[in-house]
Amino acid sequence: MHIPDGYLSPLTCAGAYVVAAPFWFVALRMIKAQLQTRLLPTVAVVSAFSFVIMMFNLPLPGGTTGHAVGLAVAPILLGPWAAMLAISIALFIQALFFGDGGITTFGANCVNMAIVGPLVAYGVYRLICGNTPLTSRRRVFAAAAAGYLAINVAALLAAVAFGIQPLFFHDAAGAPLYAPYALAIAIPAMMIGHLSLAGLAEAVISGGVVAYVQKVDPRLLSPSVPPVTAIGGTKAATPPAGWRPTRALWAGLAALLIASPLGLLAAGIAWGEWGVDGFRDAAVRAQIALASGHVAPPAAVPQGMERLSSFWTAPMPDYAPAFMHNEYFGYILSATLGAGLVVLSVLLLWGLLAGARRPRAAPNP
Amino acid sequence: MDHAVDAEQLAAGPGMLQRLDPRIKTLGLLLLIVTAVFVKSLVALAGLFAFATALALASRMTLRRLAGQVWTGVLLFTGALALPAIVLVPGDTVAVVPLLDWAITRQGLRGAAFLIGRAETAATFALLVILTTPWPQVLKALRSLGMPLVLVAILGMTHRYIFVLLETSVQLFEAKRSRVMGPLPGPERRRMAMASIVVLLEKSLHLATEVHLAMIARGYRGEVRLLDDFRIHVWDWFALTGFLAVAAVAIAWQWLYP
Repeated sequence: MHIPDGYLSPLTCAGAYVVAAPFWFVALRMIKAQLQTRLLPTVAVVSAFSFVIMMFNLPLPGGTTGHAVGLAVAPILLGPWAAMLAISIALFIQALFFGDGGITTFGANCVNMAIVGPLVAYGVYRLICGNTPLTSRRRVFAAAAAGYLAINVAALLAAVAFGIQPLFFHDAAGAPLYAPYALAIAIPAMMIGHLSLAGLAEAVISGGVVAYVQKVDPRLLSPSVPPVTAIGGTKAATPPAGWRPTRALWAGLAALLIASPLGLLAAGIAWGEWGVDGFRDAAVRAQIALASGHVAPPAAVPQGMERLSSFWTAPMPDYAPAFMHNEYFGYILSATLGAGLVVLSVLLLWGLLAGARRPRAAPNP
Repeated sequence: MDHAVDAEQLAAGPGMLQRLDPRIKTLGLLLLIVTAVFVKSLVALAGLFAFATALALASRMTLRRLAGQVWTGVLLFTGALALPAIVLVPGDTVAVVPLLDWAITRQGLRGAAFLIGRAETAATFALLVILTTPWPQVLKALRSLGMPLVLVAILGMTHRYIFVLLETSVQLFEAKRSRVMGPLPGPERRRMAMASIVVLLEKSLHLATEVHLAMIARGYRGEVRLLDDFRIHVWDWFALTGFLAVAAVAIAWQWLYP
């Protein structure tokens, strides 16, 4: 999943750096506020740990082996922000020193494996395990599910990055300048391996590590639990915090995502959302007039609208990804991606505000 | 680990790139990596690749080393990925695969050549940075290119502790292997891997505490200072001009010879 140099266009690489930069900034601020003089040694050693566990080969059922990326292990054991920094630094050293992953694509690799992957893993882990005791079996399942989902979301993002290259970046004769496969090929090619072997490796290693930690030192799991839960499930008198109060909202969001194809039942075009082609189509023109109090639309497409219509081409126009032939699943995938992006943005904003509100601590003597 | 020691020795030896100021060299080679991603002409890409090879030879690197450390690996990985593109990318047919009747297209061939060419060229330039510059100097160069001081310090320490933790992991596995007879079954080996990860984490956290205490004991109060003893000479400016000229010609090639 480490994307090498040359696979992504400079524009995609720059976009990935722009996406990653605020997360790095917030993560560094959060960790600096927590650790103060411990920042340097702790982040350095933990990054080295993240690097080393990426080299562990794991024997899988069926006789094969796989290596885990630690997308779930790191946020569960270190918390999401420390994991973000540690995996980014490990990826940087891999790219520069060991040639695993590119330098121009470092931002994209971090977005996939150091930012979105750990955030998904952390969210899924917390959502499933809730406030169960640190030694609960549910945490093992939660970690396995978190690892499996996180690596697959990261792989999907990498596949989308590959798949959009031939759409936007090709020469005059149509030869692709970067990764040559469209989404319809890139997504299945990436996902088959990750939904099976790599996902299994990540699930086994995440669940296995949590099960082992529960036996030897459950306190290591405390960075990824809300402060109300103590070892053995004893609760403090503080009000509930973390994800629990919003659990019903998350369930509702999931139900809405599944119900999103209901939108296909709605006939016609929403008022004001007409496209350039709509102005040229007699049936759509009649619909516009009917919806506008029988005021006929202009005879020709407005010039500004025509000029700006090609300014941005959405990767998934009309909530129908080109690679998804079933429109219902296309709707659900679009809704999931959209909701995920919104949640990520809110998390980022939350982190920024939390960092800004935290008073500057005096340096340790 | 052996590669790292080998790289340190090469970086300390004589050679064209080894003589350059690390800041100029890192900046110039990073610029050439970005250029390799930018160019839209296969001829310019081939020229960049030839330039990277010439720089390597002038820096006392053998073709055998380049082939062993970069070219073969990148060709196997990227080549396997790019090969199907020659028949999957639609376009003008230039040949047909016998028996299978698959059409090989000009666009597919160009796409595959771009992918392999960019990956090989960028990886060669990246290897030149690492093999001709000791790691602490790479970090100082990154600092002078604008990377935050705290990140430079973390990267330096991370690099050091990767080797410490790798050695610890090897010792963990050796200790376990020396106490068992015959091959272990799959579930047992999985348990061993998990146990090693958790033990390694505990050792890492313990190590971080010890290193922190050692730093505090030596007067560390949260401020990092790096010794900067670089000197830029005339030939460094010549080299930078050369790197810039090569990058400019490579990018402009598509307009010079459309």
